[in-house]
Amino acid sequence: MERLLDWTFVVGHMNYWLFIVLMMTGLFIVVARGNLVKKIIGLNIFQAAVFMLYISIGKVTGGTAPIYPVDMQGHMQVDPSIIYSNPLPHVLILTAIVVGIATTSLALALTIRIREAYDTIEEDDILKIERHMAAEDNKEHGAAMGGRA
Amino acid sequence: MVETIINIILFTMLVLTALAIVRIDSLFAAVMLSGVFSLLSALLFVTLDAVDVAFTEAAVGAGISTVLMLMTIALTSRTQKKATRSGMVPFVVVAVTGGALFYGTLDMPNLGDPNAPAQLHVAPEYLAGSIKDIDVPNVVTSVLASYRGYDTLGETAVVFTAGIGVLLLLSGLGRRRRKDEEGDA
Amino acid sequence: MMHHHLILRVVTKMLVGTIILFAFYVQFHGDFSPGGGFQAGVIMAVAFILYGIVFGLNKAEEVFPPWLVHKLAAFGVLVYAGTGVVSLLLGYNFLDYNAFNPGHPSHGQHWGIFAVELGVGITVTGVMVAIYYAFAGRPPPINDEDW
Repeated sequence: MERLLDWTFVVGHMNYWLFIVLMMTGLFIVVARGNLVKKIIGLNIFQAAVFMLYISIGKVTGGTAPIYPVDMQGHMQVDPSIIYSNPLPHVLILTAIVVGIATTSLALALTIRIREAYDTIEEDDILKIERHMAAEDNKEHGAAMGGRA
Repeated sequence: MVETIINIILFTMLVLTALAIVRIDSLFAAVMLSGVFSLLSALLFVTLDAVDVAFTEAAVGAGISTVLMLMTIALTSRTQKKATRSGMVPFVVVAVTGGALFYGTLDMPNLGDPNAPAQLHVAPEYLAGSIKDIDVPNVVTSVLASYRGYDTLGETAVVFTAGIGVLLLLSGLGRRRRKDEEGDA
Repeated sequence: MMHHHLILRVVTKMLVGTIILFAFYVQFHGDFSPGGGFQAGVIMAVAFILYGIVFGLNKAEEVFPPWLVHKLAAFGVLVYAGTGVVSLLLGYNFLDYNAFNPGHPSHGQHWGIFAVELGVGITVTGVMVAIYYAFAGRPPPINDEDW
């Protein structure tokens, strides 16, 4: 616990804690809001917070973007005194962002289909309609089986 | 030190945007705020040295995803219903999860620590190999396309598959077929 | 509708070409500066989406027909996987670009990265434009009073 009073520890971990705040805000939207579009926005915030966590793992103090300078003839100028940040998290997150938008659009497409089928995109209303339909079904089958089901 | 201050300011703005998205009932405003959120996170990626990622996030998050969400709310509804349930249970869930994550971060190395495990394993090999073996100045490109080519092939396939899914759900091919059948009848 | 928004239409006409040019720059200069197939594909798609938003879906589909978009989305993955298969046929590992110029491996790497990034760019362009067409082609809901 005494580490929480150590200034360098707090500054070094501040970023992670702020990611957690953002991540939990996204999670709260997903859990507490019933509107499907709002839920997708919440998922996007959650996802962006995870991206930031990954990128900050690759950060090196005093480092710069992992691109070597090039002179006019196209030869690389390699200067060992320059520190570069870790390129691996950048690669992983770069592809994840594009995959993220593809899957988000799949979710949005599902939302549009749900709106066409149920005429609402509120979770509560959809569940109510579902329950109503299930009850109707049960009544119908029950009558067919002589009122015993 | 300057970087830390910029980080904190950007984070404050990100958190405020996220809280505004939680509070607001107009979906149009929520979508616009999510575009703002993407742009702010692109700025944050620049301060964290990930320029490629910032580029992607600015193009994808602030560009295409905003357009797609706007089209979705044009096809569905423009406001969400007022929340009827209390936010207590979700808040407890979120607090417990956040607490667990906070506990997990206590073992992590400081931000920017050059001796953190993540910096010591493969990254130096990629940084050196990009000069020697591949001769490409942008290390992100050489890792993306060469060292981790399998990964990227998989990601491309995922993007393609998601595109097929959207087409199957929305392209109206099924509707056209149904109309033909009605025409035959 | 088509005759309103004069400024928007003129500005769009000027921007679309520039955006496409920028997409090509990002695609082919990705070795030296931030960028690459993923970003270039998204930017290229944005050019067609902008055109579609301002001039209407029909005009955009005349310029970039849906059947071509769908074929391109698949073709990009084929280019990527095909690069790997070619390196296999040349006797190297899957996606080992040294195969393309064994005498000078880094040149082979350049060719391989070029082909692979091109495949990624084509697929991302195709998928993003296809998704836009699918969303925009959906008939709007009938009850429009709440606008």
